[in-house]
Amino acid sequence: MSSAARSNRQLVTRLVIMATCMFGFGFLLVPIYDVMCEITGIGGRTSDTVAVIPAGMQADTGRTITVEFVAVVNEQAPWEFRPAVTSMEIHPGQLYDTTFYARNLANRELVGQAIPSVAPGTAAKHFQKTECFCFTAQKFLALEGRDMGVQFMVDPKLPGYVDRITLSYTFFVQRQQTSQPAVVASTI
Amino acid sequence: MTTITQGHAAQDHAHDSHGPARGLSRWLFTTNHKDIGTLYLLFALVMLFVGGGMALVIRAELFQPGLQFVNPEFFNQMTTMHALIMVFGMIMPAFVGFANWMIPMMIGAPDMALPRLNNWSFWILPFAGTILLSTLFMDGGGPAAGWTLYPPLVLQSGNSLAFAIFAVHLLGMSSILGAINIIVTVMNMRAPGMTLLKMPMFVWTWLITAYLLILVMPVLAGGVTMLLTDRFFGTSFFQAAGGGDPVLFQHIFWFFGHPEVYIIILPSFGIISQIIPTFSRKPLFGYSSMVYATAGIAFLSCIVWAHHMFTVGMPLAGQMFFMMSTMLIAIPTAVKVFNWTATMWRGSLSFETPMLFAIAFLFLFSIGGFSGVMMAIAPVDFQYHDTYFIVAHFHYVLVPGALFAAIGGAYFWLPKWTGHMYDETLGKIHFWLSAVGVNLTFFPQHFLGLAGMPRRIPDYATQFADWNAVSSVGAFLFGFSQLMFVYIVVKCIRGGKQATAQVWDNPEGLEWTVPSPAPYHTFDEAPLIK
Repeated sequence: MSSAARSNRQLVTRLVIMATCMFGFGFLLVPIYDVMCEITGIGGRTSDTVAVIPAGMQADTGRTITVEFVAVVNEQAPWEFRPAVTSMEIHPGQLYDTTFYARNLANRELVGQAIPSVAPGTAAKHFQKTECFCFTAQKFLALEGRDMGVQFMVDPKLPGYVDRITLSYTFFVQRQQTSQPAVVASTI
Repeated sequence: MTTITQGHAAQDHAHDSHGPARGLSRWLFTTNHKDIGTLYLLFALVMLFVGGGMALVIRAELFQPGLQFVNPEFFNQMTTMHALIMVFGMIMPAFVGFANWMIPMMIGAPDMALPRLNNWSFWILPFAGTILLSTLFMDGGGPAAGWTLYPPLVLQSGNSLAFAIFAVHLLGMSSILGAINIIVTVMNMRAPGMTLLKMPMFVWTWLITAYLLILVMPVLAGGVTMLLTDRFFGTSFFQAAGGGDPVLFQHIFWFFGHPEVYIIILPSFGIISQIIPTFSRKPLFGYSSMVYATAGIAFLSCIVWAHHMFTVGMPLAGQMFFMMSTMLIAIPTAVKVFNWTATMWRGSLSFETPMLFAIAFLFLFSIGGFSGVMMAIAPVDFQYHDTYFIVAHFHYVLVPGALFAAIGGAYFWLPKWTGHMYDETLGKIHFWLSAVGVNLTFFPQHFLGLAGMPRRIPDYATQFADWNAVSSVGAFLFGFSQLMFVYIVVKCIRGGKQATAQVWDNPEGLEWTVPSPAPYHTFDEAPLIK
């Protein structure tokens, strides 16, 4: 092999390795993003486990925050889904209860899963749920409807500039029961 | 230099058997960089009209408020496909075509370093383009969620999404292979004496672009693969229902997408840097600062991606970082613009068609650059986001920016490629029609965006009617004047005044030392660079 061909081959090998590594890097971004979200609370993710309220938590009655509730159904899933109240005035450090109403509009049994999201993202890690219908999958008989409860508290450590928090749930049909969202495209 | 030229002419006669094969097989099996460059350029020209036709469907629909010609689903397919075709099928192949034709001739190499790979990277393109276009005829139509393919919307597409993603994979593979070939050629095949800092600017910009391509195209390939498995194989990278996050896709996409902007514009900078000195009859002002500015832009382009997504709810620190780093790009870009201006300063200017396109590029690209700085300001971006203001901005950098550079470059090197001078009068008419058309089309879109007209919607409030009508008239003027370009190119291929080897008035560069048309094989023996 001539030296020109050899140096071509070396350079090509290096460039191919570089491209392959970058392909891998694309997938590496997934865990990196997860960790970043965990640390900073961006993405509005709230904890999906039961929050433990430390004993002796004092309610900060001098501060009032508006919490808004949003209910969304994704991909034209057959649900009726809405909050019982659309907003509440609350004090940090105190527990509150509210409910969301969901009804299965399909003529068969469905299992739903609610995914919470909090905006603004900086408030997400200060929004704690001690009870939530989103912690478990919810089974609905055909055409069954019911109220589902949430118990939550806003941590008094919430940054001072936040005076309004939106808690949004998106209600999905759990995957095992979904048929592929086949020809939805024609109606986009 | 003249001795080299004669040597080549003699060699050409002695090696007639090494000339091009005849008929279709010449183009199918060719490994000649000039043939492949021509194929790339012709493919891009065809795609310009395919994508342009889609743009005219959009503008026809938007001529008046209300729905006239197409239904909303088809309108959305048009906006999506127009962008995919223009970005991946038109402007990128066009610049790879220029690279194929010009880089070996500019660095005194006989061909590209990997000629068979070169053939393959071109012939992937027509198949990828066909697959992409075929989605329009499938059940549920082509992709309609925007070229950015954001989930969750794009995951509700029909089965044609799989074809669109496969086409993106192929197009990406083609450009990665092209990039590898260009890097190897530039690094290993320069004529003796041509050090890196003696290379023409066009070669420099392409070297940096090729590295950017290798860095980010694979990331896009990964991102769309995740879309594919989310849609068809039940993974949840971006599905909130399974614990994924749609915003993650935006990060992946723009990690590719922002450098992609510079992948398109850097070769344009290179072409402009060849044209302006030629018609100013002065060497390029500040050559080494141009090289460093190009490298600086390429580096910055990799760390600013989230300025496309200020509205997703980023922490303040993130917004500040992406805002500041984005505005920083204005500095190396200004270095370039001022260098081009300084090149023209007290030059002996003449205004042939390539120079007209280059000067228009300078003005109009700067307008696009300025609206870019406006949108880099995070609090202001909240208002402009997803309005016609952003449409006006990126069309100003892509059409009178990248496309004008490509057309200017075509006029500049056409005599070298064909051996004939193009029709200067027609060229100038083509320029003025294009310049008026492009501004008529896109300038009013700034006003529409500031007034709040959202993008990607087939209907609009009546208050936007007047400027939309102006924009549509401009679009049809601009679109149809490009037919003139085809006529000029065809006329130039068929005949015209014989071009000299130099073509222009004492231009700089090795490509002007070979006869016009450039012989099938050039620089079999490397020239000596002083």
